[in-house]
Amino acid sequence: MNIKTKEGVDTLLRNRHSKIYKKLLGQDTSLIIDDPLENDMVLNMGPQHPATHGVLRVLLRLDGETVINCIPELGYLHRGYEKLAENVTYHEFIPHTDRLDYLSPLSNNVAITLAIENSLGIETPIRAQWIRTLVAELARISSHLMAMGSTCMDAGALTMLLWTFTEREKLYDIIELICGARFTTSYTRIGGVANDIPEDALAKLKVWMDDFPSQLQYAEKLVNRNKIFLNRVSGICHVPREKAIELGLTGPTLRGSGVPRDLRRDEPYLVYNELDFDVITYTEGDVWARSMVRVQEMKQSLKMLYQILDKMPKGDVIAKKPKAVLPRKAEVYTKMEELINDFMLINFGAAPESGETYTAIEAPKGELGFFIVSDGTGHPWKMKIRSPSTSNLQSLAYMVNGSMIADVILAIGSIDPVMGEADK
Amino acid sequence: MQANEIYEKLKAEYGDAIMELVSDEATEAWIRISPDKILEVCLGLRDDKGFKFDYLANLSGMDYKDSIGVVYHLYSVELKHRITLKAILDRENPTIHTVERVWKTANWHEREAFDMFGIIFENHPNLIRILSPYDWEGYPLRKDYVTPQEYNGFKVPY
Repeated sequence: MNIKTKEGVDTLLRNRHSKIYKKLLGQDTSLIIDDPLENDMVLNMGPQHPATHGVLRVLLRLDGETVINCIPELGYLHRGYEKLAENVTYHEFIPHTDRLDYLSPLSNNVAITLAIENSLGIETPIRAQWIRTLVAELARISSHLMAMGSTCMDAGALTMLLWTFTEREKLYDIIELICGARFTTSYTRIGGVANDIPEDALAKLKVWMDDFPSQLQYAEKLVNRNKIFLNRVSGICHVPREKAIELGLTGPTLRGSGVPRDLRRDEPYLVYNELDFDVITYTEGDVWARSMVRVQEMKQSLKMLYQILDKMPKGDVIAKKPKAVLPRKAEVYTKMEELINDFMLINFGAAPESGETYTAIEAPKGELGFFIVSDGTGHPWKMKIRSPSTSNLQSLAYMVNGSMIADVILAIGSIDPVMGEADK
Repeated sequence: MQANEIYEKLKAEYGDAIMELVSDEATEAWIRISPDKILEVCLGLRDDKGFKFDYLANLSGMDYKDSIGVVYHLYSVELKHRITLKAILDRENPTIHTVERVWKTANWHEREAFDMFGIIFENHPNLIRILSPYDWEGYPLRKDYVTPQEYNGFKVPY
């Protein structure tokens, strides 16, 4: 097809968009009425909008300012990670998970290694499990801080974002001390974690943890009893309990509708069964409830962090399984056996028995699952990423139907999607 | 409820539609379902008092070289048990009834399976591509997929 001319581009776009417009309009063709004032309007929100957490396009059909129909369109950030996973070894895929949910990379690292270990059938040392729990909770706090700030920003309160961002920056400094990178952490390894947490990182974390509640309270004061904010976010984009389960929502979005489902409690992984925490639920099911769930969850995570620091035992941080776990660099350089193992692992990868496993964790956004199918070689035969953002975004159309156009932004903010993992 | 109990109960109710229980591999147990009975079985799994599988955790397409599969991971929020269902389809004409009626969340999962594997979900309300462009050709996650050289005049392996 020649697309060098303007006509070519127009035809291409018309063909490409006809399907989505057909769905939006249905059988109803009232858009062709002559008088523009009595018409419905089609508004194209995105693909690039500062409030949409990534590149999400939403097509809205409007009657005045009321949304009649809403079609979210995905795929603008599609990088083919599932195809890519089939062509790399398990070790090589771990850094790619940083780019899935880029607001909580540590949590994705933990999820992928748990899934691979489940498929390989290996156990990690106790200390590594505690460290993973620690970093997963750090990731949850940083992700929720971002969500809290951006929800308020979507409602027009810009100050909150700056305040939560400040806290998030401090947290990222600590994450940098732990694993050497702020954003693309790649901290976990098959069989454990890359390195032990240095003492100064723990000390700095302790200082931050003591300071954080007062900072959070300071930020909360801005909105918690602020009448403008409460009127803005209460009662809009309501999702009732049954609908939330049917739509397959997970995470804070589900718990905001009053369903106490939390994988940390329901199917404990890592060391969550040794920690004392509450599953936060709000029964309102509106934007306010979902944002409150996140704020309260941060406090629960902080409670867990204190317990983890108290209980974390000393010991190894990586398992000794030569067939699956990469040896330490110093040993590769000095010992023959390790050098051979390293060579085999890098070239052929760790090979699980052929079989299928589905492993899910409670990521900040919801249930993050990896469905790994192995055929006995070093590459996965198939890896399906069940990302919370995709499933949660599906509820957007239900949430905003019948509400005002300005609420669409808040609805997206309250779902807190990250398009990196929604589009994969 | 354990997988074998679920299997026994389903077998008693639906007979031949429930084909086998596989639990000997290095994997979680899964039940193979006859594709033409998938809707009935899923409705039963959702509505039966003993099962209450009200939540579809994951729906995934699969390429088994000589056939195409659909894998359903179900979970019950109330009873807190899970089960994996699997339907094996013909490679040339992979067709199965949609479960969108049973769990709304299946809508996008099925669109993704259609996009990546070309599985046709009958009676799906809006079976169009979700991640790749609407005019993309071929099904990328199939093992025999060949990356096209060109897409609308653009070089693809960029």
